[in-house]
Amino acid sequence: MNNLDSKFGDFGGMYVPELLIPALDQLEQAFIDAQADPSFEKEFHGLLKDYAGRPTSMTLSQNLVSNPNVKLYLKREDLLHGGAHKTNQVLGQAILTKRMGKTEVIAETGAGQHGVATALACALMGLKCRIYMGAKDVERQAPNVFRMRLMGAEVIPVNSGSGTLKDAVNEAMRDWSANYDKAHYLLGTAAGPHPFPTIVREFHRMIGEETRAQIMEKEGRLPDAVVACVGGGSNAIGMFADFIDEPSVRLVGVEPAGKGIHTHEHGAAIGKGTKGILHGAFSYIMQDKDGQIEESYSVSAGLDYPAVGPQHAYLHDIGRAEYASVTDEEALNAFQILARKEGIIPALESAHALAHALNMAEEAEDGTIIVLNLSGRGDKDLAHVHSILGDK
Amino acid sequence: MQRYADMFSALSAKNQGAFVPFVMIGDPDKQTSFEIIKTLVESGADALELGFPFSDPIADGPTIQHASIRALDNGMTPTDCFDVIAQIREAYPSIPIGLLLYSNLVLAPGVNSFYQKAADAGVDSILIADVPLREADRFIEVANQHGIQQILIAPPNANDDTLKEIGEKSQGYTYLLGRAGVTGAETAATIPADELISKLTQYEVAPPLLGFGISKPEQVTAAIKAGAAGAISGSATVNIIAENLSDDTAMLAQLGQFVQQMKQATQR
Repeated sequence: MNNLDSKFGDFGGMYVPELLIPALDQLEQAFIDAQADPSFEKEFHGLLKDYAGRPTSMTLSQNLVSNPNVKLYLKREDLLHGGAHKTNQVLGQAILTKRMGKTEVIAETGAGQHGVATALACALMGLKCRIYMGAKDVERQAPNVFRMRLMGAEVIPVNSGSGTLKDAVNEAMRDWSANYDKAHYLLGTAAGPHPFPTIVREFHRMIGEETRAQIMEKEGRLPDAVVACVGGGSNAIGMFADFIDEPSVRLVGVEPAGKGIHTHEHGAAIGKGTKGILHGAFSYIMQDKDGQIEESYSVSAGLDYPAVGPQHAYLHDIGRAEYASVTDEEALNAFQILARKEGIIPALESAHALAHALNMAEEAEDGTIIVLNLSGRGDKDLAHVHSILGDK
Repeated sequence: MQRYADMFSALSAKNQGAFVPFVMIGDPDKQTSFEIIKTLVESGADALELGFPFSDPIADGPTIQHASIRALDNGMTPTDCFDVIAQIREAYPSIPIGLLLYSNLVLAPGVNSFYQKAADAGVDSILIADVPLREADRFIEVANQHGIQQILIAPPNANDDTLKEIGEKSQGYTYLLGRAGVTGAETAATIPADELISKLTQYEVAPPLLGFGISKPEQVTAAIKAGAAGAISGSATVNIIAENLSDDTAMLAQLGQFVQQMKQATQR
């Protein structure tokens, strides 16, 4: 049986082949031991500070909100080494890999951001790294493939299924079930079977903790709302975790509405999905009436996933967090607004959260304070956005 | 629901183990699939292990993944799968029929409804590839209500606690994994050590059938000699379908021959 709670209400769990249970139990134990071991804390926080650049700053936006009595802060995960929040939890799991005596790392990646983060952590720690990536994504994300290879990772294109993120996850799990003795599966988001959703949350929770300390210093009170984008949901749960027990703080997740949630081309698992099991967890997923998994879609590859982390499903069901959705068009608009008005080019993922936060700020009462988690920077998206917008 | 018990005692009287082929229902299409399954039975299969095509089969290697894709591309739905099973049950009233599938297909119509449909179609057992012991209780409870036997997996890395729990909960037969990894004939099964088999006996698990990586008659003989009650062969069976997609006659002939050879190897 599990030492940590494996479920969030009915959500989560360990819906994997029996074969993988010992490996998941080993990981859970390694995580529990690490949390209780000051030397882990020292190593992890040392890397976060001296290698990755934590704490990240929090910037009060200057020109985004028309009402001068409403404040929109940006938590600057875009400034973290690697260009996004993902570096946090990858460093944590890489240390766990070594503590378990494993020498290899398996990972999946969609756009390549988790792949790049995994590759950098493995390069730093001398771990052998192989990354599954849908064949279509390998083509679409050539610069990230090159980054991963530069840092010594093997990138394996996945042709099965739709050739995108969910198929890369399938392939990584298949590899792991043959090689769990020496390889750790370094899952990239707060989804998948227990203990991943819990580990990934705990290794990102400094986002919310720093936000709390920074807002207390600047404003002397908690924010009225924190806002973050949700694909699998790792940056959002990292931002939310420290505020879940603060009922005065609204937790707002923003899913990708793609070409509109009334179409079939979106990735809003909470907004439009139904309950089911994908990749080891019971959560909201996109599926047909027979239970076949449907393709998700978003202009932002990092949000293009047909499920959501189980804790988000739970926070939604108990009414603690609220989940909105933002279309490609709205996200692209916010992407340009941040560049023009603040001189910051956000990741397309983060631009979804920004689009919603801007709407919230415009409708907010005087005195409202909102913190947006700017989860990553947009360098990786430049070619893609350029191809959509042209030279406008 | 005594079909597995009846099968094991009949085989035991003949001093034989069981040979159980696996195919994906609807591979390559609904009608051919029915003919394929009939051929398996007519050629000597002792029981059937049948898959439902699923979009994201994490426990399967390329062979069975492709079988799923072929069936889904031809529009197979769970309703079609139950149709095929009902036809097989009508033709062969006593052969044990087991389902091997993924949890989301069971959840989609509602767990109770899925088991009801399975019982109505004449299914004896259900094995859910991504439901380990730890998540199995709610499924076992519903299975019991519908007279279906829930099959559990004993992996090669199982510890004593797991084997003990399987002993307490398993019904029908126990799916003994021949190796780590996913399904496929590319990597051969490891014949389990005497120690594992004797533990299975000690914990009184339902008769173990060895699966994963079984493609040759010698492996069937060795599995039974090591103490397994029989062997399951999936990818090797499905490979014959995949290699003969343009020629149904050759496909059925080769499947028949394969099953006969594998069955012959079950004599103790």
